[in-house]
Amino acid sequence: MFGLEKKDATLLLIVAVLTMCAPFILNPFPSDSGLAQFNAGYPDLMQRFVIFGIFAIGFNILFGLTGYLSFGHAAFLGVGSYSAVWMFKLLSMNVIPAILLSVIVAGAFALIIGFVSLRRSGIYFSILTLAFAQMSFALAYSVLTPITNGETGLQLSLNDPRILGTSISADGGIPVTQLFGIEMRSTYAMDVGPWLFQFNAGYYLCAILLLLAFYLSIRIFRSPFGLMLRAVKSNQQRMNYTGLNARPYTLAAFVISGMYAGLAGGLLASMDPLAGAERMQWTASGEVVLMTILGGAGTLIGPVLGAGFIKYFENIFSKINDNVLHQWFAFMPDGLEDFMVTIVHPFVGKGWSLTLGLMFMAVVIFLPGGLVEGGQKIGKLFRRKKAAEDTSPAAKTPAE
Amino acid sequence: MGILEVKDVNKRFGGLQALGNVNLSVADNTVHAIIGPNGAGKSTLLNCLVGKLIPDTGSVMFAGQSVLGRKPFEINQMGISRVFQTPEIFGDLTVMENMMIPCLAKRDGSFRMHAIESVLDEKALREKAESMLEEVKMLDKRNMHAASMSRGDKRRLEMAMCLVQEPRLLLLDEPTAGMARADTNNTIDLLKEIKARGNITMCIIEHDMHVVFSLADRITVLAQGTPLVEDTPENIKGHPKVREAYLGESA
Ligand SMILES: Nc1ncnc2c1ncn2[C@@H]1O[C@H](COP(=O)(O)OP(=O)(O)O)[C@@H](O)[C@H]1O
Ligand SMILES: [Mg+2]
Repeated sequence: MFGLEKKDATLLLIVAVLTMCAPFILNPFPSDSGLAQFNAGYPDLMQRFVIFGIFAIGFNILFGLTGYLSFGHAAFLGVGSYSAVWMFKLLSMNVIPAILLSVIVAGAFALIIGFVSLRRSGIYFSILTLAFAQMSFALAYSVLTPITNGETGLQLSLNDPRILGTSISADGGIPVTQLFGIEMRSTYAMDVGPWLFQFNAGYYLCAILLLLAFYLSIRIFRSPFGLMLRAVKSNQQRMNYTGLNARPYTLAAFVISGMYAGLAGGLLASMDPLAGAERMQWTASGEVVLMTILGGAGTLIGPVLGAGFIKYFENIFSKINDNVLHQWFAFMPDGLEDFMVTIVHPFVGKGWSLTLGLMFMAVVIFLPGGLVEGGQKIGKLFRRKKAAEDTSPAAKTPAE
Repeated sequence: MGILEVKDVNKRFGGLQALGNVNLSVADNTVHAIIGPNGAGKSTLLNCLVGKLIPDTGSVMFAGQSVLGRKPFEINQMGISRVFQTPEIFGDLTVMENMMIPCLAKRDGSFRMHAIESVLDEKALREKAESMLEEVKMLDKRNMHAASMSRGDKRRLEMAMCLVQEPRLLLLDEPTAGMARADTNNTIDLLKEIKARGNITMCIIEHDMHVVFSLADRITVLAQGTPLVEDTPENIKGHPKVREAYLGESA
């Protein structure tokens, strides 16, 4: 299917089903139940899942295949966001030109930064990309204020020209982002008994782009180009003595992953038309590294899992406060309840990053292949059990 | 005029003269063996031929063109392939993937962006890779992880990767070291057959005299970075200086 191997086509299909049904899957708990706070099926968060999924898929094309660890990919995300917002300011509120421009501009940036950074490898490459990203951040924050609006961040205003659209919407406000008239914020809410499922236009646009991005990444992984990228990671010396120039391969991978980051940045701005320098900060660059490693660098699905995992933690675990904890442990005697709350307290709410950090360490130490490796191990365990059950009767009955 | 002409090459590492005034002329379509004790500078000489090292002085001409100042990948594209003393293969990839890379490089040059096509659709290249694997008797290992193989298998894979490129000049740095006797004999047979097919020149560094005398048309004895003698195998066998400097200590 679509020129893919059966295994890859299945994977794509699973991702497609999961993303399309996400409003159901992520909202398993009735809205009035105590567990409703673990629901993640609201538009804002679902958009983030898929957008950062795209970011991580792209990052994985560079890091997972070539082993070049960039610590500056957030710069491309930020550049993408700024480009998109400028498109909304100058051209129209349609997201297509905005997204196209963000991909192109991020690609051009990646070409320049990659060209310089790829003169070195290993830790020096990482440091160079980090330096470039921090430089971009600093520029966006102060020097380039006319373009980036500095600390405040770039926002839309009623005075923007929007030559193909309108400066002011019919109700006198700033117009909203749309795709040929479909507003990105428009959401259809479906009440099913105590459940509430929300279907958001913006989310579905992001999800479709995620599927395209994922499909393209599978094609790249399975292509001769992808093979060469893995060769770069495995043995550059052998590559050189086989008549291959590693530099253009790594640069191409760098630019492609930069364009993925630009797409993610453009989508962030398309969902919520503002862009700030903090999107380019080194913590943001580090986050995508964590996502990719947590999920499983070099695997197809890993980065998407990692992105979902981290965004879920960031948004859900961070909302668990002491009140919620007291509710959870209410069934215990008072003294014990307070004790449990004190113990759990540092790991939730503002301490969510502590939990995440511990989990990250556990994954890196025990599952170097990330969550994907964990999944494979569990899968194998089940298959072995099943095989054991299957073979015993099968051994007696001859195959038909 | 040989296909490979090395003239007055010197290479120093700090105080150590690794190569001193090396002159070497390898005739087209011959097998030229370079022998000498450990540390004689044999590998260093090959490094100077493939662009891994740049000689301090002297010239290296291949097929009438200088290789000096060219990058390793450019030198390979001139038609020089090399098997290293410690196998250099793509350890993270399967044997078949290892073979596909030189095939793709041979067809597409130093860089080509095939990002959408599937590597599995490269039928012609796969057949070529498989028939080469068959020749080195490794077809049954085609789906193995290259890093997990024995040293001898890695060497044979590396040789297959070089041969599948159909180089004009093949440089072999101790190709049978670490191989079992049977594999060594297979390797001799393979190299003989490759030689018989013609249009290939080989430079072989080898400690196993059986291999050297079965294959070589000419032999250069290198000692302390300088060629001691260059002659036919028959004459080398009887050469007193060689017996003293090299054969004497290893035989
Ligand atoms: N890159 C290098 N740096 C410093 N010394 C080297 C280097 N390569 C080789 N040598 C030295 O040069 C001499 C010749 O080495 P080599 O060419 O590997 O010998 P052979 O292959 O004949 O055993 C040795 O003394 C070795 O230690
Ligand atoms: Mg050596």
